[in-house]
Amino acid sequence: MPAATATTAGAREHARAQEGTVVYAAPTVPASSQTDVPDGVAPEDVVWSDRLPGGGYAHRVLAPGMRVRLTDVTGDACAQVVLYHADMPWERLNIADTAKIQWQVYPRAGYLLLSDQARVLATIVEDTSGHHDTIYGASTKARNERRYGDGSVHGPSPAGRELLVNGALKNGLERRDVPPAISFFQGVRIDDGRPVWQGSAGAGAQVTLRTELPVVVLVANAAHPLDPRERYTCGALEVLAWRDRVTTPEDPEWTATPEGRRAFENTADHRAGRSTR
Amino acid sequence: MSVTHLGTKTPGDPAAAEASITAAAARFGAIVHRETVPPRAPWSRVLKAGEVLTIVDLDGNQAVDFLAYDAHDHSRAYSAQATLQEQDSVFLTTGSVLRDNEGEALLVIAADGVGRHDTLGGACSRESNTLRYGHHTYAQHACADNFINELSKYGMGKRDQVSNINWFMNVPVDPDGALGIVDGISAPGLALSLRAEKDTLAVVSNCPQINNPCNGFDPSRVEMVVHRG
Repeated sequence: MPAATATTAGAREHARAQEGTVVYAAPTVPASSQTDVPDGVAPEDVVWSDRLPGGGYAHRVLAPGMRVRLTDVTGDACAQVVLYHADMPWERLNIADTAKIQWQVYPRAGYLLLSDQARVLATIVEDTSGHHDTIYGASTKARNERRYGDGSVHGPSPAGRELLVNGALKNGLERRDVPPAISFFQGVRIDDGRPVWQGSAGAGAQVTLRTELPVVVLVANAAHPLDPRERYTCGALEVLAWRDRVTTPEDPEWTATPEGRRAFENTADHRAGRSTR
Repeated sequence: MSVTHLGTKTPGDPAAAEASITAAAARFGAIVHRETVPPRAPWSRVLKAGEVLTIVDLDGNQAVDFLAYDAHDHSRAYSAQATLQEQDSVFLTTGSVLRDNEGEALLVIAADGVGRHDTLGGACSRESNTLRYGHHTYAQHACADNFINELSKYGMGKRDQVSNINWFMNVPVDPDGALGIVDGISAPGLALSLRAEKDTLAVVSNCPQINNPCNGFDPSRVEMVVHRG
């Protein structure tokens, strides 16, 4: 311990002496100083580098054309993600439309995360996990209280919804604004109408999103509501985002399905109306 | 041009509908309100705690898009995900507890003459229609427009239109994850009944969709009956 903290000068010195403490779960700031980046990515293009502990959350405003890579470090992460249009957040991820329009509830590479306005908020461009869920979303505080004895943000077993609520609040939104979420890295399969726990694909699995609109992205890393383990179990999640580009008509994602093509058409028209030549 | 009748669905079975309503009244008490919702129209009402809402599919295979809110705190909206977290099926039927976004019970399905209902498929919208069927469908009326307009009467807006229930709509999930709105399993006169666990605002869009089988390609009437409970 450096100086005593009985005076403002001492307390200031004490506070300033803390910088540089090495912890695992922390953002790298500036993100461009992150050296562990994928091949072909220039460090100056990295805009967000973060590590979330189990029970943690993060949020970021991102321009269109960013890649956002999520990594399940230990095999026990569960990234519960919600997206809003950053400039008009009443437009947001609509999981029902996402599944219905793509005729598919299981996300995979090429899956589009659609807004209620029939536009693509983000595209899943890479996926080494395949274990995801669009049906059950984030756990409620009440559920975690019943299962683990606590579901609060400050407790040992935070509910995913509580974490998403805090992320939403910090972006000027309210509790009512947290819509159904998509969960990455902990899968559920539906067998004859009933959920079957699939769990994780193992340590190191990655999902990479490409943003197609300006978005607020909220990520809660919290135990999946159907995780059958008696103890609240959630491992570290890494987030890395870098500048790339939006999907174009030449990309396979644009033409994969007629529904997706029309969603990209709507999205491109919306962007066109917001920019001058 | 008249748009009140768009298709060829024959008017349903009045005797079957009355039998459903009589049976519901025997179980759930005196009728305090009764109203026919026209095809394509919205509807809403505050149900007092203990009251039972019976919805009758008058003409058969008519999807009834449904939202619910705590009548005294509209931020406590129905949540499909919180509801499904607490039951062992992706379908809704007798015994299903319809929960708000914090996991608290708003309504319970007290009777169901159909067998299963959907809460995965969400509401149709002009926007989503452009993706599912083509840009040419943008001018068609849709549930999202009913919902936001009805919600506005209670001081709510776009942000309050959450993912909903589709009564009488058949949305299976195949083993490979394929989900789709397919031919209905409802029939003229079939009904379901919902008991309010607390004072609950129920908001309905009597679905105007004509591009998929959720309404038999012909939007039709439904009957709303409120019992004292």
